[in-house]
Amino acid sequence: MLMIRIKAPSKAKKGEVIELKAMIQHKMETGYRRDRYGRQIPKDILRRFECIYNDVVVFRAEFFPAVAANPILVFHTIATESGTLLFKWVDEAGVESYDKVELEVV
Amino acid sequence: MKEVEKIDNLRFKRRSVLKASALGVGALVSPGVALATPAGVEKSIASLFGGRVPEAGRVTVKIPPITENGTSVAFMVNVESPMTLEDHVVRIAVFAEENPVPDIARFELGPRAGIARVESRIRMNGSQRIRAVAEMNDGSLWSGYAFSIVTLAACLL
Repeated sequence: MLMIRIKAPSKAKKGEVIELKAMIQHKMETGYRRDRYGRQIPKDILRRFECIYNDVVVFRAEFFPAVAANPILVFHTIATESGTLLFKWVDEAGVESYDKVELEVV
Repeated sequence: MKEVEKIDNLRFKRRSVLKASALGVGALVSPGVALATPAGVEKSIASLFGGRVPEAGRVTVKIPPITENGTSVAFMVNVESPMTLEDHVVRIAVFAEENPVPDIARFELGPRAGIARVESRIRMNGSQRIRAVAEMNDGSLWSGYAFSIVTLAACLL
């Protein structure tokens, strides 16, 4: 399990636009670098990201090697109802890493 | 012991490196990766959006004008859109003109985003323009770009 940091408000007014910050610890190896013996270091990156708000995907991202190590994403969503925000990353092997936060809409 | 011998064999001897570069094959020492070009970016935009050509405007890309380290460059893309059910951004694609691969990232959003703005951090392999193309729900395409001078290039390091 990779280290994940999520910054999201725990409370919001209905209809308010909230900012979500999601960061994950990952080296995002490009596949272009070589080690000190001249061998190519194999590519190892996260390919996809999804933010699921009460079973609805509200934001999706696709990453290429040009995304920096420990990728951070800042995006927005409208607070519609109380519930769970699930943040999910998928790497090239299909391994999923996720974290969730609770949001209370008043 | 064997491992040490292997390392020694792999190390470049100064003389052989000089000979190689004199012969014009010095490029073998550095990884020979073909770089993207502005034309390459146009090509990937065309293939991603089915040959439609984006219009300039509505998209703002923000990166620092001067970057000391290209391995992590803060960037923001903002699209002018009311983000209503009738009029919203469905996709944003970001491209680099001088990186090994033109694609950087793609984002999918919708009316539930509220504002069409995404921030992240990217790698930049040298001074270049970063372009972003936004696709609206009516199928129209808009693009914008920003330029940054990069002191230390990323990707191949």
